[in-house]
Amino acid sequence: MNTFAAAVGRSLLVVQPRMGMDSPEVMRAGLLAVKNADAPTVGTITVDSYTRVGDHEAARAALRSGVGLNGYPIVTHDAATTRAVLDGVADADFPVQVRHGSADPRAVFRALTAAGLDATEGGPVSYCLPYSRRPLRDSVAHWSEACEEFDGHLETFGGCMMGQLCPPGLLVALSLLEAVFFRHHGVRSVSLSYTQQTNADQDAEAITALRALAARFLPDVDWHVVLYAYMGVFPGTPTGARLLMADAARLAVRAGARRIIVKTVAEAHRIPTVAENVAALEDAARAGVPWTGPPVVDTGVLAEATRLVEAVLELSDDPGAALLDAFRRGLLDVPFCLHPDNAGAARSHVDAHGWLRWSTVGAMPVEAPRRTTEPLGSTGLLTALNRVAQSYDSAVATLG
Amino acid sequence: MNIVLSSTASDSHTWNLVYLHLLLEEAGHRVVNLGACVPPDLLARSCVDAPPDLVVLSTVNGHGHHDGPRSLAAVRAERVLDHVPVVIGGKLGTTGHEPERADALRAAGFTDVFDDAGAVSRFTAFLSSLGSLRLAGSAS
Repeated sequence: MNTFAAAVGRSLLVVQPRMGMDSPEVMRAGLLAVKNADAPTVGTITVDSYTRVGDHEAARAALRSGVGLNGYPIVTHDAATTRAVLDGVADADFPVQVRHGSADPRAVFRALTAAGLDATEGGPVSYCLPYSRRPLRDSVAHWSEACEEFDGHLETFGGCMMGQLCPPGLLVALSLLEAVFFRHHGVRSVSLSYTQQTNADQDAEAITALRALAARFLPDVDWHVVLYAYMGVFPGTPTGARLLMADAARLAVRAGARRIIVKTVAEAHRIPTVAENVAALEDAARAGVPWTGPPVVDTGVLAEATRLVEAVLELSDDPGAALLDAFRRGLLDVPFCLHPDNAGAARSHVDAHGWLRWSTVGAMPVEAPRRTTEPLGSTGLLTALNRVAQSYDSAVATLG
Repeated sequence: MNIVLSSTASDSHTWNLVYLHLLLEEAGHRVVNLGACVPPDLLARSCVDAPPDLVVLSTVNGHGHHDGPRSLAAVRAERVLDHVPVVIGGKLGTTGHEPERADALRAAGFTDVFDDAGAVSRFTAFLSSLGSLRLAGSAS
């Protein structure tokens, strides 16, 4: 088994940071601190934004002039340098994953393989639609090529796309479809992501649905589910941030996610320090205890995600071609996503109980809302985007 | 008014664009939203065929001081666009509101700059005054 997947399999909940520094020495020190945290951790190397978009010349210039990058430029540092960063740090007990965000991941995949690493993440849809102008067709071609040459562990980002106002049936379907795409291109160890959104019961149902679909569509693949702590506006108070993070850890264990990507008390304000990351990892590990609350209730997320997945996979035996066709027809349509290849006819809102609901479904094969709701206006959108932060910060104010 | 709404070349954020799109539509304007990471030449090309009444650049990644003038230069390089008002707003630098740099953007030719605490209400007021100027212009 892949070392990354094996390490995740050994704990109830493995905790993982986002972390990337441009200096090899500082990156190594950060990884060591994570390794030595009092928690079952795996390591992360997050690449910088120039490397992410393939502008390696700009990354090189920034290193030369000492401007400072917002991550580790894994393509620009040579393989020997990265091996030295990892030497005596990365091993079977502490595997390291590279996180990058590229619609064209080929250079990053080659660099991490040359450095002896074998775990990374992304996806042809999830690293194209939200962040890039690159045509989806190009991203699918680049990801196909990168996956064909890759022999390691690959995590989908599809369960996190615009994930703060996306009804979970669609996120679950996208995450599953990217895993099916990876499998089609020969990857045999995957994780399926999902992000914490606005309601814990709805999120627990979504993760449970994702696991059911993975069991059905990935029979010959080693897989687990990874949860990302809330990706939207984070509470501004340290206590609010800790409460939200602890709820994420509880959600992960409750619903059977085996790994969690944490956020820190600094999230609303700046890039966290290594110490803040270590504290967040240790807090999450402590909060992730076996669940004793009510069982997960099925309100229809699995049925909705299944309809979407089946409608897409019917289009072609090649999952990449099926994804392209599905977006062209609007069978997949991510609300509030402005990419030219996204139909943009679907809209969502948060209901009075904090559940994410469809306002309009466009051409997607999901049940249209029974009652029409007023579409979100500018004020309603701001309220929805700030809802989670506000509720945790005001809980803190009530606690006094 | 017909308004072109756009990000800058290096900025992949989009919630700001989604928000402004709704805000402009609610004020009765027609919006073409170009989305994230718009290179200067694409912005100019998107405006040439049907010159808009206003171009709005919104950016929050901290590179606005650098990227904004490049987008503006591409728009101004087109003769049919040399009188179209172009404004910029958002989080333009990495250290919060910087009045000198906002002044530098005005000096570079931006019609106005919206990066302070009251940016949204000032922007709304700017839209109303621009709209009434246009009405007055078309009546004369």
